[in-house]
This record gives sequence, C-alpha cells and structure tokens, in this order.
Amino acid sequence: MANFIFLPILALINLLFLLTTVHSNSFETKATQFFNSGHTNNWAVLVCTSRFWFNYRHVANVLSVYRSVKRLGIPDSHIVLMLADDMACNHRNPKPATVFSHKNMELNVYGDDVEVDYRGYEVTVENFLRVLTGRLPPSTPRSKRLLSDDRSNILIYLTGHGGNGFLKFQDSEEISNVELADAFEQMWQKRRYNELLFIIDTCQGASMYERFYSPNIMALASSQVGEDSLSHQPDLAIGVHLMDRYTFYLLEFLEDIHPASQANMNDLFKVCPKSQCVSTPGHRTDLFLRDPRSVLITDFFGSVRKVEITREAVNLTSAAEQPVEATSIRKEPKSEPLSYVDQLPVAEIIHQKPKQKDWHPPDGFILGLWTLILLVFFKTYGIKHLKHIF
Amino acid sequence: MGLLSDPNRRKALTSLLTRLNTPIWGMPVEWLVKTMQARGLEVFTQSFTRTLPFPDENKERYMVRGTNIYGILRAPRAPRTEALVLSAPCSPDNSNNQAVGLLLGLAQYFRSQIYWAKDIIFLVNEHDLIGMQAWLEGYHHTNITGMDYTPLQGRAGSIQAALSLELSSDVITSLDLVLEGLNGQLPNLDLANLFHAFCQKIGVLCTIQGKLQRGDWDTAEGYTHAVQTMMLMVLKQASGRPWGDHGLFLRYHIEAASVRGINSFRQYKTDATTIGRLLEGMFRKLNNLLERLHQSYFFYLMPSLTHFVSIGYYMPAFGLLATILLLRALDLWVQLGTPAQVTEDGAGEVEPPSSPGVLSVLTPVVISHLTGVALYTLPVLSQETAVEHFPVSETEAVVLTAIAIYTAGLALPHNTHRFISGEGTEQGWRVLKLVALLYLAVLLGCTALINFSLGFILAITLVPAAACVTPHMPKALTALAMVLLSPGCTLLYCVFIFQELQEAPVTLPEGWMLFLSVISQGILDHSLYGSLVYPLLALLIYPCWLLLWNILFWK
Repeated sequence: MANFIFLPILALINLLFLLTTVHSNSFETKATQFFNSGHTNNWAVLVCTSRFWFNYRHVANVLSVYRSVKRLGIPDSHIVLMLADDMACNHRNPKPATVFSHKNMELNVYGDDVEVDYRGYEVTVENFLRVLTGRLPPSTPRSKRLLSDDRSNILIYLTGHGGNGFLKFQDSEEISNVELADAFEQMWQKRRYNELLFIIDTCQGASMYERFYSPNIMALASSQVGEDSLSHQPDLAIGVHLMDRYTFYLLEFLEDIHPASQANMNDLFKVCPKSQCVSTPGHRTDLFLRDPRSVLITDFFGSVRKVEITREAVNLTSAAEQPVEATSIRKEPKSEPLSYVDQLPVAEIIHQKPKQKDWHPPDGFILGLWTLILLVFFKTYGIKHLKHIF
Repeated sequence: MGLLSDPNRRKALTSLLTRLNTPIWGMPVEWLVKTMQARGLEVFTQSFTRTLPFPDENKERYMVRGTNIYGILRAPRAPRTEALVLSAPCSPDNSNNQAVGLLLGLAQYFRSQIYWAKDIIFLVNEHDLIGMQAWLEGYHHTNITGMDYTPLQGRAGSIQAALSLELSSDVITSLDLVLEGLNGQLPNLDLANLFHAFCQKIGVLCTIQGKLQRGDWDTAEGYTHAVQTMMLMVLKQASGRPWGDHGLFLRYHIEAASVRGINSFRQYKTDATTIGRLLEGMFRKLNNLLERLHQSYFFYLMPSLTHFVSIGYYMPAFGLLATILLLRALDLWVQLGTPAQVTEDGAGEVEPPSSPGVLSVLTPVVISHLTGVALYTLPVLSQETAVEHFPVSETEAVVLTAIAIYTAGLALPHNTHRFISGEGTEQGWRVLKLVALLYLAVLLGCTALINFSLGFILAITLVPAAACVTPHMPKALTALAMVLLSPGCTLLYCVFIFQELQEAPVTLPEGWMLFLSVISQGILDHSLYGSLVYPLLALLIYPCWLLLWNILFWK
C-alpha cells in the first residue's frame, strides 16, 4: 500500500527536479548566448588606397562604409579612417566639400563630421601595417592608433586598385597578400583581435584573402581572381564614376541594418550577386570558428552592447551561491523569460515597417462595429437563423 | 550640363558670332583686349616682327609685323602651376573669323565654372605660324629662329596641352583633326583618341586627312581607302612642316592638335554650340589629367581615326631597307679585303693588297659636300644678283638658283676626276661606294628615327640606286635611272602623288609650279620655324647622292 503512495510521490519529485533542470538549462543557454560572440568592443579600419581625381569612387566607397559604421554605433575614437586623397576639396570638384555616392547628388557621404585619421601621403603600406600591428612610435596620437584588445571585433575595409595578390597604394607601392596575412598573424599572436572581418573591393580581390592563416578571420571580396570589379554609375555633372558596384550594393544592404537588427553573415554573403555586380563576389569562412549563420552583422559593423535591465539588486559578495539553487528555492515564476531590451526605440528613429508582433485583440470600435453588423443581420433576416449557429 | 543647357549662353554665343561675321581687316587689337577683359580674363599682348629671307608668294608676305593677344583664365582654387591653351589664328583674310567668336564664347562660359584645376590661356595669334612661333618663344624664353618679339608680360605655368581652332563658317558638317607637326612630330595618340571619342559621344562627324572613315575593312575598296589615308599622313609627315598652328607646340613637348571645321555639301550641319560642347568636354578631360599625356604612342601612322600602325610595325620595313645597304657594304668590304686574282702566267701585276685608302676618296666626298653647302646657302644669298640679271621675282630666283645648283652637280664627275688621285683603279670606286653606302645607311637610319616618313621615302628611292650602281653599267640608262631616283625627283613625285591622294590631280605644268612653291616653302620653313628637311636634303642627302653619281661616272 505504501508503495502505491511512494511511487507517485517519487514521480512527482522527479518531475519537480526535471522541471528545475530544464529551467536551469534554458537559463544556461541564455547565459551562454549572452557571452556567445565574445567581443566587448568594436573597431573599424577603413582604407582608401588610391589618389587622383578619377579615383573618386574609392574615396566614396570608404566614406559610405564609414557612414554606415558610425550610424550603427562605432564612435570616431574606434575608427581609423585612411583616405589617400582629398576629393572633397580637390580643385576639380564642381561641388566642393562634398563627396557623393549616388548620382544626381542624392547622398553626400562627406558631411560635416567626418574625421580622417590618415590623409594624403600618410596612407602608405608601412603606416597601414603599423596601425594593424600596433608598432607605432610613441608620439602617435590616439586617433591614429588601433587600440584593440583580445575582445575586440575589428572590421577592415580596403578599396583601391588591385591585382592578383597585391593592392596598390598611392600609385607607387603595393601590399601583397602574404604581408597582409603575416600582419594578421602578428595581430593574433599579440591578441589584438577577437574576430576579424576583412572586406576588400578591388579587382581580383579574392586573391588578397587566399593567404590568411590566422584563426577567427572572415573575409569577403568583390571579385574573384581574374575578374575586374566594376564601377557603378558616372555622374555627368561631376564627371567621374561615383561608386563601385559591390560597395554600392553593400551600402544599400547596410542602410536597412539598424542596431537591433538580427541579420547575419549569410545575408552579407548574398550582397551583390553576379547579375548586379558582373563580377563574382567571394568569401572565406574556414578560419572562422563560429558558424556564419550565427554571426550578426552588428557584431562587426555596429557597436552593440547586450544590455539586460534588472530591477533586482544582485548580491555579488558571495560568489559561491549557485544561481541554479536560487531559482529552485524560489518557486514563484521569477523565471519569466528574459529578453534583451531594445537599445534604441528603433521604430521612432528608422521609419520601418514594424516587425511581426503579438496579435492584439481588435479595438473596441471594431468590436462594436461587428456587433452592430451582426445585430442588423439577424434583425433583418430573422432570429430563426440563430439556430444554425447554435 | 554644358553650353547647350543654358539658353542665355546660347544666345550670347550666337550674337557674338553674328557680330563677328563682319570681315576683320587686320587684327582688332583694342576690341579683342576689351572683350577679353570684359569676360574676366587677364589680357596681355605681344608684338613681333620678322623679315622673311625672301617674299612668300603663297601667303603674300615679306616683312611681317603683328600682335598676339592672349587672355589667361586663372583656376579658381588651384595654384598657377599648369596651363592649357586654346588658340585661334586670326589672319587678315576671313578664313578664321568664327573661331575667334567661339573662343570668346568659351572663355565666357569657362570663367563661370569652378572646376578648373589648370589655368586656361585663350590665344589669338596673328600671321598664324609666325605669330605662334613668336608667342611660344616668348613663353619659354628661347630664341631659336631669330625673331624679334616683345617679352610676355603674363605667364600661366607649364603648358600641358593645346588645341588650335580653325573655323571659317558658323555651321559645319565635319571636324577635321590635324596631327602632323614640325619635323614630323606627332602628339600623343591619346589626344587623337580623346577627340574621336568626344566626336562620337556628341555625334559630330570627324575626319582625318579630310577623308571620312569607312566601315568595311575587309573589302578591297576599304583597304585602299585606308592605305590612301595613311599615305597622305606619310607625305604630310615627311614634308616636315607644321600643318596647323599646333605643330609648333610639339617641339616643347606640349601635346597639341588642330581642329578644323569643314563645311561641305552634306545635309546634316552642326552649329557652333555643339562644337563648343565638344571643346568644353575636351578641356574638362584635359583638366582632369594629373600628368602630361604620355601613356600612349608618340610614333604612329593612322589609316583612320580608329586604327593606328605603331612604330613596332612599320620600323622593321625600314630596317629591311637599311639592311640592304649594310649587306652591300659588307660585300664590298669582303671584296676589298681579298686581293685581286693573279693572272695565269703570273706576269700580271698584283694589286697591292692595301686599298688606296679612305683618303683617296676624300676628294669626291669633300667636293660633294661643298656642292651641298652651295645648294644650302647660295639660293638665298644670291637672290639679289639673280634678280638684277634675270627678269624674275625673288622667290623664283631663289628656287631657280637651287634647281640650277642641283643640276650643276650632275656635271661634277666630268670636271673633278682630274683631281682624284686614286682614280682609274678598281679599288677606288669600291672604297668610295663603301663609304657612300655606310654614310647613307647612317643618314637614313637617323632620319627614320626622327621622322620616319621622310626616312622611308628617301630610302625607297635611294637604296636601290645605292645598292646597284657601279661604273660598269650602261652609262646613259643608269644615269637616267639615277636622276629619276634622285632626291629632287622624289620630291616631284611626292607632289604629284599628294595631289592625287587629295583627289585634286594636277597637270604637269601645274605640278611643276607646285613643285617650285614646295621648294620655296621648304626654305622658308627652315628659316622661320627651324624645319630640318631642307638642310637635311641639301647638306647631307644630296652630297650622298652625288657620291653615287660619281661612282657611276668613275673612270
């Protein structure tokens, strides 16, 4: 007799433990997800390597990426912007102090808060490698340094004229893919990055990432070896091509990204297919430890902090207390599902279509309207139809 | 964007052109200065004088005095280190009245733009080439040709490119591009390609050598047409004279071309505004450049505006001709090296193995060159005495003296063989021929490097003569052949061929008159602009030919 009573009690206790463990697992997954990406700060190194007026589009490329990156939250102190020539104040610019990225002067990417760190002849291979590896003379100001640590996600964007295995700097020197790979290895050994996203928009850009061998690097290029990256559209008033195709479509893609966006790297790989770009963009993910599907765009392009608001005071003095036990003691559903707060009220800043929200019951007005319609129907056609319903 | 888009500017331009349609007698210096200043340019003038060695009957001038006027449009934001030039020659007759109007209209339009990174110089030069030479010499502080000019007051920096405009009507049917410059120099091919690209973009018909392009390259007619165009270019380049005002810029390594408007009987006419747009586009392109044009070829021949023959293709043809001479010389060297055959009985005298030496042939060489010097200097120097004794004008006197000295040289061998020591020997003429062949090879080689067309044309006629001539050939026939292959007759043939290619064939008397005028122009070009064709022919090629003539009459 006691057994019959014992078994259900045992089952009940088991069920209870099961529930708690299940609950604690979900908390752990949430906790692991909190520390998933592993980075705590974001940096960007944006380089335009070509000078001369007819390379206007390279400067426009870099400035449009700069603009997106700043909009998504990376501050100027964490961006190293290198422009090899001054297009906005070039004597040949019919619209001085502007750099346009869309024809008919739709979008001025120069603006009035552009902070260029390396300008003109300072953009050299040596300076670029010194910025990456951190071997700068002590007199270099902070704005010219890449002060990243082992928890930094760095976005590196290069554009200019390139070839099979090299990128031309300033019409006088080149950086080879081997040098670049070695620089990244130095960065890895000095623990200067957590994860690196490398984007290059030049002819035969894929050759530049072929030699990478350090972990945690993801690379994208605008064209394969043997292909040329093409420019997008000329503006007849300014007289030059304004953007390159890959960066143009990249900019369009980034304009839809907001700081809370959940778009991942697989979407980025789909930017500018061959039909739009004429060249075949390529990417390389074998050195990257995470699955690209789980990597958010904002992990590299934005400076997103994961914030969780709590109204409880957290007791930090006794570290030995397991949070699992705490939840098992307290039976009340304190275990409401935790979610991250929207950092920015997105719907107010970016006028987008609101995403799929929970179903709301209709408004009182609509409810009353329908009631009226139903009453009128039954009044007109008689109450006897009600019996078909009930 | 551009001139066409603004109706006000279009009206201003058309009104300016109508006003300028009235004939301009001489150069309206004050009016031009005032108009240019009203458009916001910095205006300066330069006066020059030059006395030609003898009167020029083609252009009817002898003592030339003129004024150049130029206005500088300063780049709004750039330092004043580089410049572009747009020039329009203004002559006493009406042949270029519209160009000055277009120039002033463009100046007004350019002044209101802010994207100029180089200064633009709008030049109106008087007496076309002479004025241009004076301006260029003043700008670069040189004095090559002995011209008298006032120094330039205003300067704009190093000139990167220049365009010269020749328009005689306010509507045109096509634009002709003229590339050949002084001494056969050509501008960078990029400039020609730029012009052609813009013509196609704007839809203006453009030609080269005055001939339209044909699309059918694989038919026989298309091929002949292309060959004719190329031959015209070869002849124009060989003449060594600048065929447009741009030709004098090339000496200073400034890429320049002339654009000439042609109004023929076609239906579709282009007005001055479209030409203005074309020029505006070209200038904007040149403005965007950061270096001098140097990427494309400097040595080329163009069968049409879309095709060119580069130096790598045409130089081997000349190389093969020069090889003939060298092989012949090698053959003679070997012959001279082996001693003569001893006769069977051993009683024949053995020639001394050593040749008479080079010194024995020094006499014919010196005498030939003295004749050449006479041909170079005497015609101009002795024109006064000739005019006293004969009822001819100075120009005719000069030309006829030149022809007389040329023909007198034919009589030399009969008179000078008395002075030759090594005469009568078999070795003598061989040594002379060896020297002549090597001399000719070096001469033609150097000429072809500088002016390929001239070198090639001379090579075609002189190489067969030089290779084949020996004293043992039938004298009369060979003499006739030699005369027909001499440089003078080559010039005559070229004149006739040129007229044929221009589709304006001339009869024999007309051709002869043309030939005489060509000789006088050659002498004038040399003294006015420093063209090298006349001294080359008189001082070097003609003595070489005389050496060959001496060999023929060797006794």
